[in-house]
Amino acid sequence: MAKQVSEKILIKNGRLIDPKNKIDQVTDLLIDDFKVVKIANNLNDSAVRTIDATGKIVASGLIDLHVHFREPGDEEEETIASGSAAAVAGGYTSVVCMPNTNPPVDKATAVEYVHRMGRQARKTFIYVMGAITKDRAGQELAEMGLMAEAGAVGFTDDGCGVQDAGAMLRAMKYVSMFDLVISQHCEDHSLAQNGVMNAGYKATVLGLAGMDPLAEEMMLWRDIQLVKKTKARYHAQHISTAGSVKIIREAKEQGLPVTCEVTPHHLLLTEEAVADYDTNFKVNPPLRTQKDVEALRQAVSDGIVDALATDHAPHLQSEKELEFVSAPCGMVGIECALPLYRKALIDTGICDWSQMLAMLTWRPAEIIKAQKGSLAVDDRADIVIIDPDAQWSIDVNQFHSKSRNCPYQGWDVKGKVLYTLVAGEVRFEAKGHDAVSD
Amino acid sequence: MMGGKRKSKKFQWSRKHLIGLSDLSRQEIEFILDTAQGFEKFSTRSIKKAPTLRGKVVVNMFFEDSTRTRNSFTLAASRLSADVIEFSKKASAVSKGETLIDTARNLEAMGVDVVVIRHGAGGAPKLLSRSINACVVNAGDGFHEHPTQALLDVYTIRRERGSLEGLKIGIVGDITHSRVARSDIYAMTKLGAEVTLIGPPTLMPGGVGNLPVKISYNLDEVIEDLDVINMLRIQFERMGGNPFPSVREYSHYFGLTADRMKRAKPDIIVMHPGPINRGLEIESEVADGPNSVILKQVANGLAIRMGVLFLVNQAATQKGKEE
Repeated sequence: MAKQVSEKILIKNGRLIDPKNKIDQVTDLLIDDFKVVKIANNLNDSAVRTIDATGKIVASGLIDLHVHFREPGDEEEETIASGSAAAVAGGYTSVVCMPNTNPPVDKATAVEYVHRMGRQARKTFIYVMGAITKDRAGQELAEMGLMAEAGAVGFTDDGCGVQDAGAMLRAMKYVSMFDLVISQHCEDHSLAQNGVMNAGYKATVLGLAGMDPLAEEMMLWRDIQLVKKTKARYHAQHISTAGSVKIIREAKEQGLPVTCEVTPHHLLLTEEAVADYDTNFKVNPPLRTQKDVEALRQAVSDGIVDALATDHAPHLQSEKELEFVSAPCGMVGIECALPLYRKALIDTGICDWSQMLAMLTWRPAEIIKAQKGSLAVDDRADIVIIDPDAQWSIDVNQFHSKSRNCPYQGWDVKGKVLYTLVAGEVRFEAKGHDAVSD
Repeated sequence: MMGGKRKSKKFQWSRKHLIGLSDLSRQEIEFILDTAQGFEKFSTRSIKKAPTLRGKVVVNMFFEDSTRTRNSFTLAASRLSADVIEFSKKASAVSKGETLIDTARNLEAMGVDVVVIRHGAGGAPKLLSRSINACVVNAGDGFHEHPTQALLDVYTIRRERGSLEGLKIGIVGDITHSRVARSDIYAMTKLGAEVTLIGPPTLMPGGVGNLPVKISYNLDEVIEDLDVINMLRIQFERMGGNPFPSVREYSHYFGLTADRMKRAKPDIIVMHPGPINRGLEIESEVADGPNSVILKQVANGLAIRMGVLFLVNQAATQKGKEE
């Protein structure tokens, strides 16, 4: 599928949705030299390639603030190449890799390595966050400045929250020098108590250790107090409880520089799914209750949620086949995230395409300070073309990801990515659709 | 030839696994008890064997220490003439990193018919039942369920009182980490008893109020009403942190002392799943006293496990024929 980068592409008759510039209209786009060069009706050009986007949505490529591509260290689960291929198949033109690899990304050299593998993969654009602390051990600060110079777009010890309040305070103070975001996996270990699912009746009946929602909320609340003091930019990853929504809402009302993200699974699934000890539903933070799902959706509706992120977390089948308590947390889903968001947010009337795309494009871009997420003339041509109503069945065996730990196997969904362009180059094209001409 | 056909003629046992009691009906539970009753007299015969499971292989897969449950299952299988393989974590490949599923598949390749599993992880028997063809019998998984223990508990109560209908039963102690409590709650309430859980709030699991039980933090307040009291073992090995300040203080509030027994009904049935921490949750004088049925529970456990092994095998054989 590798075409010349310099190839001109004309996208005809698509519904251009660019929430950042408040555009939602049927029009044509001409792409040349990595960029959007013209947006107008009835464009004609001697473009080598024309894509008929009649009835399709044309939008800025999606941005995922939270993926685990497992490289370096766990290449049997995923590589940056396989993860990148999965990303473009899901419509993502930029992703942010988490630093909890092996070894962790806690030095500039590791940041550079991830970038290099991303360039070699030549699919999606790879960003990376560095660790907040050395070895993600939660104590000594990692070399955040040098990592920032190497291109890290923020810092997190994801997989673990920084337990020590003093260490977190130091990190926030220090990082304000670079105006990069501190991104926190909120989980207070003393309250989490090695829980493997949401605490409560369901966990009690299954005989599994429960993780109290307070484990998330207490650390989030603590961090907000530190933000008040330091004014550091702070991003709460994968919030999962009604209580967290309340905390974020109040922080935003106070004008604090706080943002948050929500995953597809926390918008769609509840702890009930764990009933059969199916480890594909084991994830951290755990699946919560219907009440929490409703609160998260309401938060989306109210604009409290800044970004929709997948927390794409590949694991081997042999690891997931273990006893529930021993199996690792996480699920893959970057390839089917868009229709899942549609199901959770558009089909339920929570928001429209434009509002949803905002949380998948320019709003996450602002968090990592990337000049991306809009689709105007002179913008980089990172583009996704979506058939909003195409119906399909999720089949993990068709995934580009190396892992299959997906809880949505067999789900019938609506909304399909047809093309993904990165810097003006078609990096993904769905098989078996008839929207192609020329 | 035995068991099954005694009372409820129309009922057909159809489960080839016994994972827990939460989804068993009252009829199914009573059917197991009736079947066990048919096996009870075996222990008093001079020849204590039946040919029921001759040629079948039962494996005891015990990933946690156990004395009575394991011996009980071994003896039950032997009495039914099955061949028994003993498997324990330390003697197996598990410690070398082989997964539960791999281990079970290897055992199955040897032609095992029933896997009796005890495991520290809740859900391990369920996982196993999804992955292999053999019957799976749960001998206790994490703090999920311990169905044969609860069955022998209700069997023992039924033997003493004829029925559980309307009985007030107290379960005392570490409810959070107790698989026995969970299975007991299902079995006892399904058979018509009223169950009260008694212990400190730090040993009550989350959402416990959604179970069909009453909760009390005060043993002295409720002991007078109880027909049956089941004293759970304090499981030091499972408890994190320190859910109560000291053994002394725990005994003070929740121990079944001779003194406390004076306030109970004179015919209260005293139970304990064993092994006993003498002087902690129960005083020796009470454990060995006239109200105690602790050793009867052990004896009845054998009949229950013979009944369960018989039934799951029968269901598997039946399914095999149908297929």
